[in-house]
Parts: sequence; structure tokens; C-alpha cells
Amino acid sequence: MSIFSSKNVKLLSGPLNLQNPVTVQILGICSALAVTVKLKNAIVMGLSVIVVTAISNLVISMLRNYIPSRIRIIVQLVIVATMVILVDQVLKAFVYDVSKQLSVYVGLIITNCIIMGRLEAFAMGNKPWPSFLDGLGNGAGYAMILIIIAFFRELFGSGTLMGFQIMPKAFYEAGYVNNGMMIMPAMALILVGCIIWFQRSYNKELIEKE
Amino acid sequence: MNSLRKYIDKNKPLFQKGGKFEKLGSTFGAFETFLFTPNHTAKSGSHIHDVIDLKRTMIVVVLALLPALLFGCWNVGYQNGLAFGIERSLLGHFFFGFWKFLPLFIVSYVVGLGIEFASAQIRGHEVNEGYLVTGILIPLIIPINTPLWMLALAVAFAVIFGKEIFGGTGYNIMNVALIARAFLFFAYPSEMSGDKVWIYGLPDQAAIDGFSGATPLAQLAQGATQNMASMSDLFMGFIPGSIGETSKLAILIGAAILLFTGIASWKIMLSTVIGVLSIGLLCNAFALNEYMAVPAYYHLLIGGFAFGAVFMATDPVTAPHTERGKWIYGFMIGAFVVLIRVFNPAYPEGMMLAILLMNVWSPLIDYFVVQSHIKHRQKRFLVKKNA
Repeated sequence: MSIFSSKNVKLLSGPLNLQNPVTVQILGICSALAVTVKLKNAIVMGLSVIVVTAISNLVISMLRNYIPSRIRIIVQLVIVATMVILVDQVLKAFVYDVSKQLSVYVGLIITNCIIMGRLEAFAMGNKPWPSFLDGLGNGAGYAMILIIIAFFRELFGSGTLMGFQIMPKAFYEAGYVNNGMMIMPAMALILVGCIIWFQRSYNKELIEKE
Repeated sequence: MNSLRKYIDKNKPLFQKGGKFEKLGSTFGAFETFLFTPNHTAKSGSHIHDVIDLKRTMIVVVLALLPALLFGCWNVGYQNGLAFGIERSLLGHFFFGFWKFLPLFIVSYVVGLGIEFASAQIRGHEVNEGYLVTGILIPLIIPINTPLWMLALAVAFAVIFGKEIFGGTGYNIMNVALIARAFLFFAYPSEMSGDKVWIYGLPDQAAIDGFSGATPLAQLAQGATQNMASMSDLFMGFIPGSIGETSKLAILIGAAILLFTGIASWKIMLSTVIGVLSIGLLCNAFALNEYMAVPAYYHLLIGGFAFGAVFMATDPVTAPHTERGKWIYGFMIGAFVVLIRVFNPAYPEGMMLAILLMNVWSPLIDYFVVQSHIKHRQKRFLVKKNA
């Protein structure tokens, strides 16, 4: 089997749309609400999750035949926790201000449902390379949704993107005011709902049959 | 009238299936049934046949809102006169306020009905008349200085996310008008609170000396229990506030109309009052600060309590449907209003949040009332069988 067979490519592309962990499987919502006020935070968070899912999927998949099934959750958690601590240290070293704003949410990647879900559902039963791609794809699917939400929240909530002023000054002089609701987690949930709405009206196969 | 009927009948085939304007069928139906009571009735199942239908019900509510609306327009002019020392006649005050109120009213209707018609058209449903009341409620519960684009945004948000995604009129979980207000309140807090927003012209010009635009609620929240408006001013409504909420007299007239026609539930109105009084008295008993010592009946007269209790808590869609549930629902609204006002300094007014919270709980209240009823009857049955 070649490295990028169509089956493997599907592992990467599926989570971006029809198998999206956030909008289709409704996993990892809590952190999607918490870290999406600013686009920069969302990008860093998305990258961290991609790294953690991909590498822990790879490691667990390599160990899958040696893990006793009765203690597998503990073993998985140890590996995920190690990865998260590594990521956290890297963030602290290179993007300290973002790491401070993300605060506990980087640590909380350990409990991110997507990671546990991929480890249990995929890495425990598949070879290392597909598992790695699956982790990469699911992390990317999560990061994509985070970035879309953060884009709208930062643009309409603070009038900026990546910290740069986007909304022109003339708007504010004409009476435009930043929308305070966008800063609140409630609005992130509504935006997730909107994305699900658009996705389902675009991909009819996602709509449940009655 | 007759010629109108003939005109409608003549053009009807154009909008029916196969007609030229088939796509606009819902819009046509909406106007036809608005003008004439439809002559077809439900044929299957058990239905109560009555002269009143949803459109006629809504018109009664709109009528009940009129006193508050007319007084609100006058009060906008009166407060503006007070702030800048302008003398006007009674009608002068009214028309001054009316012209300031009209744009808010128009924006609320155009945006709301536009979305309503569009979504009915897309789904191929009939246009529902639910927005008739919501559209008039929304401008009555916001400050006169609300910018029109904010109002339009809030109305769009409320109608789409509060109502249409749940399935339209009659399916909404929460009161649509209050969602619009909550959106404004959380999205643009500086435009929805403070002592500048309630009086037309105040943000741009300085008021005459000694004039404060603060509402009685805001004064209380800041701990200024002295030089409050007198009881009669509070009752008659000569105070700053959202457009429709100030005059308790006008609201009582509306309540009388609603109760006389049997459209609103007297149980909900009465139990909200009981709720406020009982928690208010409880606060009085442990009066630890000045706000807690404010007489309990005072809470009935300040802020949006009266308006909310009469026109919004009694919304038949979002209130519980069981009779015992209505008592619980009303009492909890009253209790939460006082609790939020007295103990939460971040929110001077609690009526909006109290009603929205209880809206969410009302299916739960219904569930427990029905369950307890079932259990009760089961017990009675078992006792009889064993005896």
C-alpha cells in the first residue's frame, strides 16, 4: 500500500468535512468556546491539538499490541499528558503571551474528547501510518472550525484580526459599535450552530432521516 | 369592503398552485387572512369552534398595548422637555415623542416581518401572525436612543435564532421580544444602560442643571434611596425608562383588556405579584443594606416589572400550560426579579433575565406537574384497590 493511497487521503480529508469532529460528531465543543475570542489564540490552540492528536495516535498505534485492554485508558492518558506537557512547554518558551491567554486550556487538551475518541476508535485498531494521518486530519478539522469561529468573533467582537485593526475608523465615527455578545462564549456556541447549519444545507447526506 | 373582497377573489387564482405568482402564495394568504376571517375551519379531530383565531387574538394584545404605547410617546416628549427645560403642550409632547418612536417601530416591523415572510416563503408555509405582537413589543422595551441599525440587528437575531430555527410561531422556547432585548443588552451594554440612554437628545446635549436621566432602578442600584420619584410619579409613569414600561396605569388598562377577553392568564399575573411581594418582604425582614430595606411593593412599580408581568410572562407559547405550573412559573419570575435586582449589582433590572430563565424552565415545570398528577391518581387508585 502506498503512503498516500486514496484510503489514506480520505483519512486526512474526511475530518475536514463529512467526519468533522466538531460540527458532525459534536466533540471538543468546550475548548472551541473558550479559546476563540482571538484569532491568534485559536490558531495556536489548533496547531497544538493537531500535534497532540497526530503524535499520540502514532505512539498508541505502535504500542497497540502491547497495551493490556483493561488499563488502556491509563496508558493512553499518560501518553497524551506527556505530549500536552511538551506542547505547553514549547508554547511557554516561544509564544509566552498566547500561552498565558490560553491558560488552562492547553492543559485541558488532555481531556479533549476528540483525542480520546481517536485513540479509542482508530489508533487502537490500525497501523501507525494511517493512525498518524487520522490524528492529523482530525486535529486539522478541529483547528479549521476554531479558526472560522475565531475569525468572526474577533472581527465583530473587537474589530481586529490577529490584533490588527480591520474595521475602519470611519465606521466607528458613523456610530458603529463592537458587538459585546461576540466576546461571550454563548455567541461561539451560536456560531458553531450556524456552521453546522450551513454544512448540512450544503451536504444533504448529513441530515438524519426521520 | 365588498369591492375589496371581490378584488381579492379575482386575483386569488394567480397565487394558487399553477398560477403566475405561485411562489408568493404565502404572502398573498397572509394578507387575505389578515383582512378577512378565513371561512374554512378544521374538519377532523376535536377542535373548539370559536369566532377568534390567532390573528384576532394578536389584535386584542396590540389593542391592550396601545395605552402603554401612547403614554410612552408622550413621556418621551415630556422627559425631553424636563431635561432641556422646554415647554410644550400635551399634544406637543406626544407628537415630539411619536416622531422619535416611529422609526424604531418601523424598523422593528420591516426587519421582523421581512424575515418572517421570507422564511415562510422558503418553507412553503403560511405566514404566521406571531410577529404582529412581537414587533410592537420590541420598540416598547428598549430605550428611545437605541440606534436603528442595532435594533435591526437585534430583531433579525431574535427572529432567526429565537423563533425561526425552532419552527416559527408557536414553537419558540423563549419570548422573542425579550431575546431581542437581551441581545441588545449583552451586545451593546453602553447603549442599553446608564443614565444617558433613556432621554431623547441627552447623549448629544448637556441637560439643564440638576437633571439626572437615571431611572429609579439605577438610582436604587447605586444606593441612592433618597430623593426617589414619588409613588404617584412611579405609578403614573412620569419617570425615565424604556418607552412602554413607565406608566403602571396604562399597563393596568392593558391588563384589564387582556383579562376581560380571557387572552392572558390571571394566574400568572397574580403569582408574579405574589412572588415579588413575598421575596421583597423577606428582604425587608433581614434588611442588611438600604436596597434590601426598600418596601416590597416598591418593586412592583419600578423598572419593567409591570410591563413584563402583564405582556411578556403571560405569553401563551412560552409559559407553562398546566394550571398549577402557571402558579409556580409566575411566583418564580417574581422571586427572581427581586433577587437579581437586590443582590446582583451588575444587572439593575432583573425582569428580562427572570422571564427568559423561567421560559426555559417552563417545559420542566409542566413535566413535573403532570408527573405529580399521575402519581397522585395512581396512589388513589391503589388505595381504593387495596381497601
